[in-house]
Amino acid sequence: MAEVKLRKIVKRYDEVEAVRGIDLDIADHEFVVLVGPSGCGKSTTLRMIAGLEDITDGDILIAGDVVNDVPPKDRDIAMVFQNYALYPHMTVFQNMSFGLRLKRYPKAEIKKRVDEAARILDIKELLDRKPKQLSGGQRQRVAMGRAIVRNPKVFLFDEPLSNLDAKLRVQMRTEIKKVHQQVRTTTVYVTHDQVEAMTLADRVVVMNQGNIEQVGTPQQLYHNPRTRFVAGFIGSPAMNFIPCEVEEVGGGLSIRLTNELSFPVPVTRAAQYQNHRQNGKLLLGLRPEHITEAGQHLEPGEVPFEANLEVTEPMGMETLVYFPVNGTQVCGRVNPNAGARDGAPLRLAANLNNMHLIDEASGRVI
Amino acid sequence: MATADAAVASRPAARPRYGSMSQDRRWALRWSYFFLVLFAIFFLTPPVYMLITSLKTSAEISAATNPWWVYHPTLSNYVELLTSPSFLTYFRNSAVVSVFVVSLTMLISVPAAFALSRMKFWGSATLATGVFLTYLIPETLLFLPLFKMFAVFNEWTDIQLINRWWVLLFVYPTLTVPFATWIMIGYFASIPKELDEAALIDGAGWLQTLTKIFIPVALPGLIAATIFAFTVSWAQFLYPLAFTTSADQLVLPVGIITSLIKGDVFNWGQIMTGALLGAAPPLIIYAFLMDYYIAGLTAGATKG
Repeated sequence: MAEVKLRKIVKRYDEVEAVRGIDLDIADHEFVVLVGPSGCGKSTTLRMIAGLEDITDGDILIAGDVVNDVPPKDRDIAMVFQNYALYPHMTVFQNMSFGLRLKRYPKAEIKKRVDEAARILDIKELLDRKPKQLSGGQRQRVAMGRAIVRNPKVFLFDEPLSNLDAKLRVQMRTEIKKVHQQVRTTTVYVTHDQVEAMTLADRVVVMNQGNIEQVGTPQQLYHNPRTRFVAGFIGSPAMNFIPCEVEEVGGGLSIRLTNELSFPVPVTRAAQYQNHRQNGKLLLGLRPEHITEAGQHLEPGEVPFEANLEVTEPMGMETLVYFPVNGTQVCGRVNPNAGARDGAPLRLAANLNNMHLIDEASGRVI
Repeated sequence: MATADAAVASRPAARPRYGSMSQDRRWALRWSYFFLVLFAIFFLTPPVYMLITSLKTSAEISAATNPWWVYHPTLSNYVELLTSPSFLTYFRNSAVVSVFVVSLTMLISVPAAFALSRMKFWGSATLATGVFLTYLIPETLLFLPLFKMFAVFNEWTDIQLINRWWVLLFVYPTLTVPFATWIMIGYFASIPKELDEAALIDGAGWLQTLTKIFIPVALPGLIAATIFAFTVSWAQFLYPLAFTTSADQLVLPVGIITSLIKGDVFNWGQIMTGALLGAAPPLIIYAFLMDYYIAGLTAGATKG
């Protein structure tokens, strides 16, 4: 077990810079998820930690040692691939023990470790089967078993659940979390699915265009995103971004969305936004769950307004409502009994205590 | 998928169309069978004719009887050939040459294909194309310069290469190695890259990745390449004809022609017998490994 440190890591393919000098410290036992859209450099970063890609510049440290020029097999890591990469001609037992056999471990030790991993993953009865006789979920378990038996310093997961169907994905997600709780190995996990990132990670690293946008716990990223990209990427349905202006109204500040619609800024935030009154390119960021039906008693920070619903999507436990504001489609989440209907007006309330104000030019949250 | 679902959903209404589709299929099958039978007849006629002729005496062959029927069947041609020392020499030469060539070919082309398909080094792509281009040069163009090279080599070193059966061990691979390498490159390329990466992380070196992962996974391709190399070296005619002349140095295809055609006298019965016996080993190998051969040749056509 060990910590992993990235120091100004750069990866360049000819003209393209895939990773642009990122720094990251991953603590011992930590479960860190790299998340971002495709092409953001997350897989490249993982493959550089694994030693499958050379580093153009910077240093990678595993357990305090610089491993830039150490081949993958000497880095004491294990990796789980998206397409499982099981050896098709070997049984599950042979697949899981391959690394140990190459290192000439005693037979008894190999059997002990494989049995232990098989017990953790509940695949004891599959040990004699070939990969093609297994379902997708079973193959994924075997791939994880192959990693566990090695007892490496670091686990690397490269989108391990992307090939599974939605239901199995949720199930295996829980499995991975359980396994990590048992073995406590430092883990770096790559995914493009923000739900996977939020549910699994101790800390999430949001990447975009070869840079790290923000590192933080799932709660930090959700409630205090530092950039528009993170705000929009984390959370589903995504955060609403509505063009707005900040104006001074009777000693306080107000967010003006349209001529008819403006929200007073909560007193606690006024000082923060004071200097942005002249900024013509601002966005109000508000998550759908902070736009709800207006009740009899408004909570502190809630501001009621009238909206003409265009589309409603009943989800069962809630109903998503969509309405236009200042040329932007805005999504809200209302109680299914709130009487939301397509094309009908509804009285909604926006909770400004949870608002974010974004400078459109820099993309940063103010 | 969507169209299949739609077809299932609309099946009751579209029954006549469904019927006509099956009729189309039936006609396609009939035509397929028609042409398959035609080709089978076309390609099986010569061996059948060989078999019939091999069972006749010289007198019956030259008699003006129906050439497609044996009136007095005899095994004398087989007995004579199988007891003739020179025929057995040809057979042994052919067998030794083929086995060696196949071994040499696989020893060179498997690691070569692995290197060309997996290790990215300077010029690897060009080299892979070069390997294939080599195969495109016909042996009819190569045997004259090769002959000249051997003659020069002889002048410089005093080592006689011409009219030695073992020189074929080094000449045949010029034909077999490029093609076998090409087949194996295609096969190795169809193995997902994550498989060698997984092996690399598991602690395998390149050689272990090749022997423990690639060769077992690519076994059908390997067998196809082996069969190919064997067939080429067993049936090779031009090179042994050019490079060997003495009776004890000949391989089977050339031996049959040179020893059984004396002047303008063609010993047809024994020629046919010799050809049939010569064709037997590849035939037996194909029969046993047919499935592997087909799997090997079609590998890479679809993503498995």
